[in-house]
Amino acid sequence: MVHTFDVVIVGAGGAGLRAALEIPQGYSCAVLSKVYPSRSHTGTAQGGVCAALANEEEDSWEWHMFDTVKGSDYLGDQDSIEIMCRDAVRAIIELEHMGLPFSRTPEGKIAQRKFGGHTRPENPADPNSKRVAVRRACYSADRTGHVMLHTLFENCIRQGVHFYNEFFVTDLIMNKGVCCGIVAMEAGTGELHVFHARAVMFATGGYGRAFRITSNALIGTGDGCNIAYENEIPLEDMEFFQFHPTGLWKLGILISEAARGEGGILRNNSGERFMERYAPTVKDLAPRDMVSRAIYTEIKEGRGIKGSDGTYYVHLDLTHLGEQTIREKIPEITGFARTYLGVEPLKEPIPIQPTAHYAMGGIPTDNDARVLVNAKGKVLPGFYAAGECACVSVHGANRLGTNSLLDIIVFGRRGGKAIAKYLQEADFTPLPHEPEAKTKQTIDGILTSKGSENVSQIRVKLQETMMDQCSVYREAKTMKELVGSVHELRNRYKKITIADHGKKFNTELMEAIELRNLLGTAETIAVSALNRQESRGAHARVDFPKRDDKKWLKHTFIHYNGGHPKISYKPVVITKFQPKERVY
Amino acid sequence: MQVTFRIQKYNPETDTAPHYKEYLVDDVDESWRVLDVLEKIKGSLDGTLTYRRSCAHGVCGSDGMRINGRNRLACSILLKDLDFRHVVTLEPLPSMPIIKDLVVDLTDFYKKYELVKPYLITKTNPPETERLQSNEDAEKLFESAKCILCACCSTSCPSLWTNENYLGPAALLKAYRFAFDTRDEAGDERLNIIDTQDGVWRCHTIFNCIEACPKEINITWHISQLKKAMVNREI
Repeated sequence: MVHTFDVVIVGAGGAGLRAALEIPQGYSCAVLSKVYPSRSHTGTAQGGVCAALANEEEDSWEWHMFDTVKGSDYLGDQDSIEIMCRDAVRAIIELEHMGLPFSRTPEGKIAQRKFGGHTRPENPADPNSKRVAVRRACYSADRTGHVMLHTLFENCIRQGVHFYNEFFVTDLIMNKGVCCGIVAMEAGTGELHVFHARAVMFATGGYGRAFRITSNALIGTGDGCNIAYENEIPLEDMEFFQFHPTGLWKLGILISEAARGEGGILRNNSGERFMERYAPTVKDLAPRDMVSRAIYTEIKEGRGIKGSDGTYYVHLDLTHLGEQTIREKIPEITGFARTYLGVEPLKEPIPIQPTAHYAMGGIPTDNDARVLVNAKGKVLPGFYAAGECACVSVHGANRLGTNSLLDIIVFGRRGGKAIAKYLQEADFTPLPHEPEAKTKQTIDGILTSKGSENVSQIRVKLQETMMDQCSVYREAKTMKELVGSVHELRNRYKKITIADHGKKFNTELMEAIELRNLLGTAETIAVSALNRQESRGAHARVDFPKRDDKKWLKHTFIHYNGGHPKISYKPVVITKFQPKERVY
Repeated sequence: MQVTFRIQKYNPETDTAPHYKEYLVDDVDESWRVLDVLEKIKGSLDGTLTYRRSCAHGVCGSDGMRINGRNRLACSILLKDLDFRHVVTLEPLPSMPIIKDLVVDLTDFYKKYELVKPYLITKTNPPETERLQSNEDAEKLFESAKCILCACCSTSCPSLWTNENYLGPAALLKAYRFAFDTRDEAGDERLNIIDTQDGVWRCHTIFNCIEACPKEINITWHISQLKKAMVNREI
């Protein structure tokens, strides 16, 4: 079936929904979700979204910008970061006007709390002042992402946005160098649909499911990134994958940084507050890459706590916060500790370990979400990307907590606005002959394959290998093995067999396609990580422990190149802040 | 350890009616989520087993199903929360058309959600900054705003089973979320939708919805507040 829309947005998380709200009445807009919009991964964000509202104490967007640049280990593009931090205040007020139920200050303003890496100068008059944690994260208890997702979804309903729920994107359609649509499979019927469009936006989320321990939903399989990549659109900075320091031990379920923002403390096996040794000024509120490395180091040096299954963790201690703070400020995450580990956070510390959390890399875009086809900045007409699947890059080598929710509302909106402008001049590009042929071939291949391999086993093997060889610490030897392992898994994938040959709601078939996307994404992570011979942000090389600005202050672009990955580089945009050593 | 899961199966392409299939699952632990067991069955015993899932920790609301006769989220219930030494029975959420195995058709559920105008309606222009709201007033909304639209409540409600036009607890909870928002200016426009026989007055305080809600929201209390508001505006 062929549908025709002016705009097709793939993904109904925060970025996709925010973009959809910008499409003016009079243009047709379809939003596709492989689940239901309210089940998108944005909903799992907890702690807050930063903006220098200064509702609780003095703050400014420039300080927010500096923190984001420093947090990114100077790899973030400063023009983009400036746009984001300047626009943050407007974006948050707008969400409040849309109805988002924020927690409030005693004066009735939006409440703000501390978060990792967000600081202000202790003495603003002194340019060399020590920087201390600042209350910048606007929040709604510890369900900020959930209420943001719902608020945006609600506003889309009000606006009459046309949703296609449980539609799974399988391909991007291009013709004459222009993006002109997508192919998607309807889960309920198994039918293939072609969406012919003047503009397409991917807001397809991340790929944390490439790792065994992850906070990411099972749907986070890098679909959009891999589809773009296989269509010869490069991916940027794929080596930078954030491990959030506090995932529930064994499960990886996120325990928000808000727990530390409210005063929670990380402790090792002797009860020592070990972050004092790693980040003397901000301690437990250091950026995520540093805290995750500190936890790995504590465990490696024998100061972890051994769990019942022989794996190690450290403690997140909230016992001193008191019942009221826990009940009002962080009820959800303390509930997770009770439900999944049987731990009562009021009385005992929570076992935690770093968990694969967020992709800094993704589909390269300019500041208006327009997708770039090369490192020189050439734009692919008609194709846009925003949110975690995109790389603007505002997060550089390490994202600061709360900046993901900010990214989606700022750049989702900018993308929507850019599309609205593009629609005024761009016409429909004709569809190529049989645009769904490639998807058909992929699906037929999976349904008729009679090999001995199993989707679940390959996926587990991939996740374990990525976790062991490409997580918080990395080195050449193991990553070379990893590249080989991923290659071998891709060969094994060619021999998979699935049991479900039905058309309707064939989730086994969808999982097989998702695995293909995960394998493709994992390969770009591994190859990019092996290539970057320095340590920067979330990319920590044991064999190259120092940041090397001379050689590596640049973005990696990895190109599919017909299945033979090739790398090129794009310079980092530096405007206000020259790279400095990153200490907290 | 081993568990036995007895799961209701229905393939619309081959079956005339739902039936049950038993799976003996090895090497599980009592700390596992029901969803972990489902994933293991799907991955190694029966690839055709079909269910929805996403976040796997009770936030997205995808994997609502009937577990040993109660509406629960498969990712929020651990084996040790159940009598796992006996057979664990899984069925789709009741009263909805079954699409396949544990997947039900949510069309009606979302239709009712949309009917209550689930968005803030304002008539005055907003100030340049945020609209002020006391923290107490904000917190009055938080319980209702916790709803993850999993449909566990509405599909557990006998009033809805016997009257398909009833809006049901999830939609009414959403109506509360906006009716009691001090920023909302919809007034009667909002209340008229639910001040009907198939609106709040169809709730007979059976409390099944509270039992079913995985987020432990006291839904009946919220509906009672709406009823009070209706009565007050009559007077």
